[in-house]
Amino acid sequence: MHEMGIANSVLDGVRIEMSRYPGSYPCKVGVRVGQMAALDPDALRFCFEAMIQETDLASLELAIEVCPRRHHCSGCGHDFIVEDYDFSCPQCSSLVTTCISGDELELAYLEVEEYGTSTAGAKSTE
Amino acid sequence: MERVPLERKVLSENDRVAADLRARFQEHGVLCLNIISSPGSGKTSLLERTLEALPKHERVAVLTGDIQTENDADRLKRFQFPVKQITTGGTCHLDARMIERHLEDWKLEELDLLFIENVGNLVCPSSYDLGESAKIVVLSVTEGEDKPLKYPSIFFKSDLMVLSKVDLLPYVPFDIAAAAENARKVHPGMEIVKVSCLTGKGLHEWMMWLQERRRAHKWLVKTAG
Repeated sequence: MHEMGIANSVLDGVRIEMSRYPGSYPCKVGVRVGQMAALDPDALRFCFEAMIQETDLASLELAIEVCPRRHHCSGCGHDFIVEDYDFSCPQCSSLVTTCISGDELELAYLEVEEYGTSTAGAKSTE
Repeated sequence: MERVPLERKVLSENDRVAADLRARFQEHGVLCLNIISSPGSGKTSLLERTLEALPKHERVAVLTGDIQTENDADRLKRFQFPVKQITTGGTCHLDARMIERHLEDWKLEELDLLFIENVGNLVCPSSYDLGESAKIVVLSVTEGEDKPLKYPSIFFKSDLMVLSKVDLLPYVPFDIAAAAENARKVHPGMEIVKVSCLTGKGLHEWMMWLQERRRAHKWLVKTAG
């Protein structure tokens, strides 16, 4: 539902970053989406692809990394992935664990290439 | 090919505006609460009963969001507190810029408590920080008790779950213990109040929660200042 807005924010982030790289174009943007982020990766990809069509970013690839919910055990210090809402520590069975990640919605990286080094990218910017 | 690490939030622009709002709320001692639920769970009814119960000298205001119409603002204006409608025109959530824009002609120093009634939607509003002190999720007993598991994000991020329409419990197959258990699966230790805006049952517990929050916030502001 709000994936269109999110896709737009990703593209804004790319454009802001690209202003620092004159003479290059972006090939791939990496986005981290947590399981708890209330975002559907397929819908995000659909919106992203719809938005870049026939623009200067038409060849930009979107890489989505889905991040599971992770907890930290206060008892033994173990970090673990939570499955099926079982928050108990798999190492020491303690129930005193806290959520440390899983609601990410982050721009992780951008891959940039200089113009003229690849035909695919150069074509899309004509 | 060069890979540049970005390491920033996708919604960093929204978060920047939200942080600015939060600082302004803090500066003026305003407790801001962001109320979120599916359409029709009873956000407006809860606010009606809340405004009705608050003494008229209280410095309270409401921003209420919907895709279209001024209906909710009209319902809430009856209680003589400042109320403003935010019509998003299609957007399924409120974002920090909308809040900033609609606060422009209100003086924050004249407010102690600001309610934001989000657009009825259990998914998208959970991604947008509005600068609030706390999110509150409303779940009505005519919905499924597994909603916290289906929509974990908002239950995870909310400090309080208001179980609404409990007057209907005799007529619907809603397992209140299972709903509470599911909410606490997603958000261990989550606070829960059960209310009926029709009969008034449980509203006292809600008002007590609110009062406690306001007291804690006042203390926080005082010690920070």
